[in-house]
Amino acid sequence: MSDIANHPGGSFYRTENIPQSPPPVSTVGVLGWMRQNLFSSPFNTALTLLTLYLLYLVVPPLFQWAFIDSLLEGESNKDCRGIAGACWVLVPKRFGQYIYGFYPEPERWRVNLTFILFCLNLLPVLSDRVPGRTFAALFLVFGFPVVAFVLLHGAFGLEVVPTHKWGGLTLTLVFASVAILFSLPIGILLALGRRSEMPVIRTICIAFIELWRAVPLITVLFMASFVLPLFTPEGVNANELLRALIGFIMFASAYMAEVVRGGLQALPKGQTEAAQALGLNYWKSMQLIILPQALKIVIPGIVNTFIALFKDTALVSIIGLFDLLLVARSAVTDPKWLGLEHESYIFAAVIYFVFCFSMSRYSLWLERKLDTGHRT
Amino acid sequence: MAADSQAGGRRQGAASWWYDPKIRAIAFQVAFVLALIGLGVYLVHNTLINLEKRNIKTGFDFLFNPAGFEIPLTLIPYSVEAGSTHGAVFIVGLLNTLLISAMGIVLATILGFILGVLRLSNNWLVSRLVGVYIEAVRNVPLLLQFLFWHFAVFQSLPLVRRAIPIFDTVYIHNRGLTIPKPIPQPGFMLVVASVFIAVATIIYLKKWARRRQDATGEQFPVFWVSLGVLIGVPLLVSAAAGFPLTWEYAELGRFRFTGGLEIQIELFSTLAALTVYTSSFVAEIVRAGILAVSKGQQEASYSLGVRPAPTLRLVIIPQALRVIVPPLVSQYLNLTKNSSLGIAIGYPDLFNVFGGISLNQSGQAIEIVAMCMVVYLTFSLLISLYMNWYNRRISLVER
Amino acid sequence: MSEPIIRIEGMNKWFGQFHVLRDIDLTVNRAERIVICGPSGSGKSTLIRCINRLEEHQKGTIVVEGIELTGDLKQIDNVRREVGMVFQQFNLFPHLTVLENCTLAPIWVRRTPRAEAEELAMEYLTRVKIPEQALKYPGQLSGGQQQRVAIARSLCMRPKIMLFDEPTSALDPEMIKEVLDVMVELAETEMTMLVVTHEMGFARQVAHRVIFMDEGQIVEQNEPEEFFYNPKSDRTKLFLSQILSH
Ligand SMILES: Nc1ncnc2c1ncn2[C@@H]1O[C@H](COP(=O)(O)OP(=O)(O)O)[C@@H](O)[C@H]1O
Ligand SMILES: [Mg+2]
Repeated sequence: MSDIANHPGGSFYRTENIPQSPPPVSTVGVLGWMRQNLFSSPFNTALTLLTLYLLYLVVPPLFQWAFIDSLLEGESNKDCRGIAGACWVLVPKRFGQYIYGFYPEPERWRVNLTFILFCLNLLPVLSDRVPGRTFAALFLVFGFPVVAFVLLHGAFGLEVVPTHKWGGLTLTLVFASVAILFSLPIGILLALGRRSEMPVIRTICIAFIELWRAVPLITVLFMASFVLPLFTPEGVNANELLRALIGFIMFASAYMAEVVRGGLQALPKGQTEAAQALGLNYWKSMQLIILPQALKIVIPGIVNTFIALFKDTALVSIIGLFDLLLVARSAVTDPKWLGLEHESYIFAAVIYFVFCFSMSRYSLWLERKLDTGHRT
Repeated sequence: MAADSQAGGRRQGAASWWYDPKIRAIAFQVAFVLALIGLGVYLVHNTLINLEKRNIKTGFDFLFNPAGFEIPLTLIPYSVEAGSTHGAVFIVGLLNTLLISAMGIVLATILGFILGVLRLSNNWLVSRLVGVYIEAVRNVPLLLQFLFWHFAVFQSLPLVRRAIPIFDTVYIHNRGLTIPKPIPQPGFMLVVASVFIAVATIIYLKKWARRRQDATGEQFPVFWVSLGVLIGVPLLVSAAAGFPLTWEYAELGRFRFTGGLEIQIELFSTLAALTVYTSSFVAEIVRAGILAVSKGQQEASYSLGVRPAPTLRLVIIPQALRVIVPPLVSQYLNLTKNSSLGIAIGYPDLFNVFGGISLNQSGQAIEIVAMCMVVYLTFSLLISLYMNWYNRRISLVER
Repeated sequence: MSEPIIRIEGMNKWFGQFHVLRDIDLTVNRAERIVICGPSGSGKSTLIRCINRLEEHQKGTIVVEGIELTGDLKQIDNVRREVGMVFQQFNLFPHLTVLENCTLAPIWVRRTPRAEAEELAMEYLTRVKIPEQALKYPGQLSGGQQQRVAIARSLCMRPKIMLFDEPTSALDPEMIKEVLDVMVELAETEMTMLVVTHEMGFARQVAHRVIFMDEGQIVEQNEPEEFFYNPKSDRTKLFLSQILSH
């Protein structure tokens, strides 16, 4: 075809291998990294410098305020005079309330014990390095709530602590846990109902789910605290915590239903058909084949919903339940601590953040693990 | 085997219609509905007894009774002296909800898009910093953020009598923002009209630029010229009309301002909380949307010689928007629902003034909670109608 | 002989610590057609992506049409206008019709009036034999049709050089031919072409030169007949025996 000799490239072959050589210094190491990630173009350089300047303006003063110029020990806001930084004095003094609310001091070990047992129970469920996952999970759902109730509320000789004394982080955690415990099964039923072939059931489930998802949680809580008492027969008076819980569970189960539905939809149709071919009836095939797979897919979604619900529990403070947020809020209405809003809210925010952030990291980790699990 | 199953089949068919799945399904549904009706009747029965005992009359008559409380922010005429009713409270609250939602949506969208793009920046520092912001904001309850903005940030601004003046016209203090009050003079309508004219001009300009580009290939800086028109035309017109808008400046007395216009602090707290919180979700949506457009699209565009800016405008954004719009719209709905948290700090939204104060005054819990729910349900229905329309349009274009 | 259209001298590229292209020297003359082959991961894609600066090289020089590729954005724009590229994954714009895909760059880069751009697009769509699909969206076309649109889209910018990165690898066997046919016809127009492909029949039919790459180096280059029937390097022999064995 063509005349090779005419081409400057010409005919050519290589006998020796050119070895790998290290890249030019300017592209690797700390310098190379900085050049690539911080100063890759004039615009980027400007952006970096601007950001650094902003950080310089904000971070050192903030650090100074929170840690260096701050005061941790003191009796009241009077000690804060002359303190340029944060005045954390109310945190150690009110720490008990932040965590336990008005739970009587001598009984607080029961809350701690419940929490420790809960963590021990949760460990095998979350990690696959600890054995006994199935048993632990079953116990967490069916056994632990009883244990927790006995410990927290009191029975069998333990002094009874009525629920209106529960508060702070304890109340927040109890509230969120009970809500998820009930909303998950209800959510599963609703999701199955929404995908049912029976038109009446399907319509009712859709209406239920969409109603709760459409309205803000605060209207639900108001309904629970103002309208629900009208529904109950004379003489029956659900206590405030229980009413709020009922409203919250309704709300939560609608969101759970949508998460579960996502998992059901993600399953290939072949699974249902295979189950039917085995001769399993509806409930058997759901229980043995469909739900275990669907739920496995949506575990990260469930954790994310739980995080959202955990944050949403803060709304019960509006209807007067003494949760973590209301503790933080009422602490600074005490004349003794007046003017310490920053400190009180920041402390509560940090607690919420620690819980939510670690849960969201767990959910991310799970997502990644499940992801690879599917491919291999 | 075969004989077995055949026998089984015959037995089933002959023995009982009860095993016919269709009949079972119908029976189950009828039973379910009956149970629901039973529950409903029981609840209504209890409710009627309870209402009677408490001397509460059901019905919506209370909407026409005067409401005896002031509302700090009203977009329609409302006053206790004039005997404004609970019905008026409902409207005022609804408008306030719409007002704060509209402002929140605009700000959260702008902030969220900026953050989302910065999150994707190849500048490590910027991307990390935005990441920290997003995590911090998302992992703290919104209500706590409401309280923080209100009590810790805005209310710790100086007292009114020590208000921070900005050019002696605008004053910042712990009750809000005092600005000069605009007083339209004769001829002001001309300026208003000129704004509409400017908008019309811009629409025409866009079409004209498009036609010209089609015909000659010449490009026209539509954005900058439009901006100029939008600012310039009203400015010119008001100059020609002798600036028919005067300002009533606020005067700081010993303890309070006279004159001027005060925008309540609650509006700013609510707006700040809603904007900051929602922007973190918008940022993640935007990031996901842009990442959903494959790298190959950008490379294809670059290799055609299209420069980065038009690549973004013509190739990346139109595709990213399809991924972004549905979750974005649902965030808008969330923001509107979340504005009901204004009740915690006293922003007079629907839920605060109607679900809170009117409910307390009239005791009509069922009606009021139901009306509030219907309002939010309507928002949600409208949004899902829009989404259906949008998705249908997208799928039409795509396929 | 005129100045070569592409001149690459002592070019090196690293991905982090990984030395992906090592001491590449390559000159391409006007209207020359080169096929590049080699095992997966040998740096073929990276090499041709360096030519229109989708990848940045760290050492050595690349000169395209007399323009040296440096960080200068203006230069990069000028080079990209002269160089068309066809990707393995087509990368058509899914939100635009076939016609709009083809007119986008002429309108926004070359400032061609729309009617003229559409006329041009129809001309090239006719050349790739799918004028009747002009108003459809890419999602409605088969893989082979999409790849032909991608070729037409590049040609609408009237490039002087066309780069092809395994244009038939993502296609079902029955569609490969329709794309290769279009490429053969393009070859007859004296277009400068660099084609990464393992279609040896195509290489024999149109290439002036075949380049074999392995481990980031140009291991062997020769005219097709010599290359296939008389490979010199052991690595080339091994590679050829592997791809020809099936
Ligand atoms: N963006 C990238 N970052 C890091 N490594 C890359 C990147 N792109 C390609 N590589 C690596 O460079 C090598 C050459 O890639 P490529 O040029 O795509 O090979 P070929 O096209 O010959 O199969 C491969 O080992 C690949 O893993
Ligand atoms: Mg490749």
